[in-house]
Amino acid sequence: MFNRIHPTQGRHTALPPPSGRLVLTDNNVLEFQLENGLKVLLKPVRSAPVASNWIWYRVGSRNELPGKTGISHWVEHMMFKGTAAFPKGSIMRLVNKNGGMLNGFTSFDYTAYFETLPADRLDLGLRIEADRMANSVFDPEEVESERTVIISEREGSENSPNFLLREELMSLAFRAHPYGHQVIGWKEDLRQITREDLWTHYKTYYGPHNAVLVIVGDIDVEAVRARVEELFAPIPAGSPPPPVLAIEPAQTGERRVVVRQPGTAQYLQAAFHVPDARHPDNFPLMVLDAVLAGASPMTFGGGSTPTHRSARLYKALVETELATRAGCGYTPSIDPGLFHFYATVREGRSLEEVERALWDEVKRIQDEPVSEEELAKAQKQARAQFAYALESVTNQALWLGLMEMVDSYTRFHSFLDDLSIVTAADVQRVAQTYLVETNRTVGWFVPTEMTSAPR
Amino acid sequence: MMSEQGSTPGGDLTAPIGPHTIRRFTLSNGIKLIVQENHTSPSVVVRGHLWAGAINDPTEQAGLARFTASAVRRGTTTRTFQEINEITESVGANVFVSGGRHLTGFGGKSLAEDFGLLVDVLSDVLLNPAFPPKEVDKVRGQIITSLKELENDTRGLAHREFRQLLYTKEHPYGRPGDGTLESVPGIKRDDLVRFYQTYYRPEGAAIVVVGDVEAEAVRDALEQALGGWSRACPGAGGTVQPAGAPPPFKIPEVRPLTERRRYVRTMTNKTQADIALGTIGPARTAEDYYAARLGDLILGHLGLMGRLGENVRDKQGLAYYSYSSLEGGLGRGPWSVYAGVNPANVDRAIESILVEIARLRDEPVTDQELEDGQDYLTGVLPLRLETNEGIAGTLLDMDLYQLGDDYIIRYPELIRSVTKEQIQAAAQKYLDPEHYALVIVGPYEGD
Repeated sequence: MFNRIHPTQGRHTALPPPSGRLVLTDNNVLEFQLENGLKVLLKPVRSAPVASNWIWYRVGSRNELPGKTGISHWVEHMMFKGTAAFPKGSIMRLVNKNGGMLNGFTSFDYTAYFETLPADRLDLGLRIEADRMANSVFDPEEVESERTVIISEREGSENSPNFLLREELMSLAFRAHPYGHQVIGWKEDLRQITREDLWTHYKTYYGPHNAVLVIVGDIDVEAVRARVEELFAPIPAGSPPPPVLAIEPAQTGERRVVVRQPGTAQYLQAAFHVPDARHPDNFPLMVLDAVLAGASPMTFGGGSTPTHRSARLYKALVETELATRAGCGYTPSIDPGLFHFYATVREGRSLEEVERALWDEVKRIQDEPVSEEELAKAQKQARAQFAYALESVTNQALWLGLMEMVDSYTRFHSFLDDLSIVTAADVQRVAQTYLVETNRTVGWFVPTEMTSAPR
Repeated sequence: MMSEQGSTPGGDLTAPIGPHTIRRFTLSNGIKLIVQENHTSPSVVVRGHLWAGAINDPTEQAGLARFTASAVRRGTTTRTFQEINEITESVGANVFVSGGRHLTGFGGKSLAEDFGLLVDVLSDVLLNPAFPPKEVDKVRGQIITSLKELENDTRGLAHREFRQLLYTKEHPYGRPGDGTLESVPGIKRDDLVRFYQTYYRPEGAAIVVVGDVEAEAVRDALEQALGGWSRACPGAGGTVQPAGAPPPFKIPEVRPLTERRRYVRTMTNKTQADIALGTIGPARTAEDYYAARLGDLILGHLGLMGRLGENVRDKQGLAYYSYSSLEGGLGRGPWSVYAGVNPANVDRAIESILVEIARLRDEPVTDQELEDGQDYLTGVLPLRLETNEGIAGTLLDMDLYQLGDDYIIRYPELIRSVTKEQIQAAAQKYLDPEHYALVIVGPYEGD
């Protein structure tokens, strides 16, 4: 519940890598659906006496209407406030007491909750998720107390120049589609959302028809299957949630924003509209991302393995001492999303210089095909990231669920194969198609003088 | 000569990691090598440390140790920085060197098939750094930019200023390990070379390898790569390291506060204020460390940020985050509370935090809290030991703090034997609602 995942921000959340065929001998997933619509994916992995239980709901800031932004994230907070069977505080307490860890997070496209537990305690996770799928309380007092907490969370983000810039950039890039507002929501909306709004949102989107349960770990598949039936089958199916109707019109000219706030450094962000996760250009875009800034890590929490310092943007912007940080990010999304660039301008250099160098790199990848070495490197990096992710059942469940949310979980297992058929011509073509001036939104953070004084 | 110190037989053979699985070797030059095979994924992790840290920074050169650590990876006598990046990243591997308070950590990660390459690059970086002047300048520029960014980061500033207030500038714990905008511009290449020559040496170094590898093969590879390391830095001018042990490692004495110290930095353009409040806690090796650890867990972690989460965040809705932290390592680290709050709530939040600190001293924790805390600490262990990195970090700590290879087996008993009285005694010894350091950074005018 301390995470908001921004599909276009932060390389740690990018969707990418790999597949089973090259690493696993067998997909080894049991897939089934209950009559009420709940989809279930079970994957036995016996590397450690641990199991990870995830429930994914197909709801996020993408499903929010004007005036109610931030409501999905707020509902996620309320899911820790208790049910009749698990009163407030007991979910965290019991999971901790049983040696587990848990979290929840809200993204543009989905909301997910997990408990990773010693394998013999998995049942606790199942009971919690089955119960709070339908029985969360939404006590009015808790709603009010959480309003302060969430506004406080937003205010913490507002302290960061990159958050302010991203928020402006996204709202400029999307004028029709709800990807234009941040997961946390606008502060004015957070002030006015009511308990009834939250309750309605919960009842609309939290149900077996709109959820996927993913369990990976040291489990007896048959026993877990029976237990899942027992706990989740009695939950009424409900009616399907309303579809998201908004379609972002094609952009016809560059859009720019300059954020002027007190600060100490200059930041650049830029974004280009790209297709959704199921579009065939998805994999070429991932390879483009890897060539420009290295393959994205697939590990969740814990150590990541940076691969960006031998990539093109780092060489062109950081090695040349124009920027102290530079990269890009691409996360496949349900609806057409963004390919995102970012840089921190080095002291003494200018936003103009950094932006010019960035577009020079973009032009280079449009003008010349990437080398075979760069392609091979992107694939080997993906293979390594995939192997690292396999060390942990939490990571495996995360990736099965993430891919199921935006496309299909089977992508987890075919990932390396899918990447391996991408050609240099594909990469060049997607760069030429999407990374064009009429399709770009550019944001500058220009610091004004800080007002800071020790007292 | 290399030797293998036999594992103690008779450990609990059902435990996943213990004397029966941990392999220990000593390289010819005394470097300790600890290997744990783990064949669940085709990857491998290396983690190690040597005795060079911010604690060795001269007073006027805060940031030297970390600067040096960032610079050693920036080129060797035979490889440029870009070549190092290219060969490691091309196979999805990573090699790092990172300066800490007492130690400099190093290591990396790769597919098991690339372990040879990982060891080759890591040892090259440790043994043959060239400190190319151009790269040194780049690193300095990056550190300066990040220090400037820190000036705009309320949370980061609260942490930094808190340490300085708690330990004062006179103590190395009070000086920022990243350096300051005053110190870093003055640190020259020669300073890095000198620091490297003095402190980067095999004596006392330890290396842990965990993953899809075979222990003897690991030993052979590391013996070949690092076993001959006795003098350093030919690339930095061919200077031979002085013989003998490195300068003695000594942490100046830490004195508990006898007054209340307060520091406010007003930043009017911000929307949230960050608070740090605390005292000096125990070292990791202190007898009452586990009691303090449980007390800290109950104060600010267990469930949703413990009692602080329940009362400051949840019940009063004062903060987005409010948690405690016990940082004792080789020396006495802070025992502190951090919170991010709306500026209007700063005073009330501080008051609530002090109430919780007093309560932990004045009353024993409940049976339920003690049991929950013990269940958590013992139960969560398998999760910690799931990944190669988790195992490697645990094994390195076990060695550093001399906990013994059977520590993981003994651990439940260590935790279960802590009593309510011991927790209260630890709270009374280390926490103090009257004498503490308090830092507030953000849009807060205060008194």
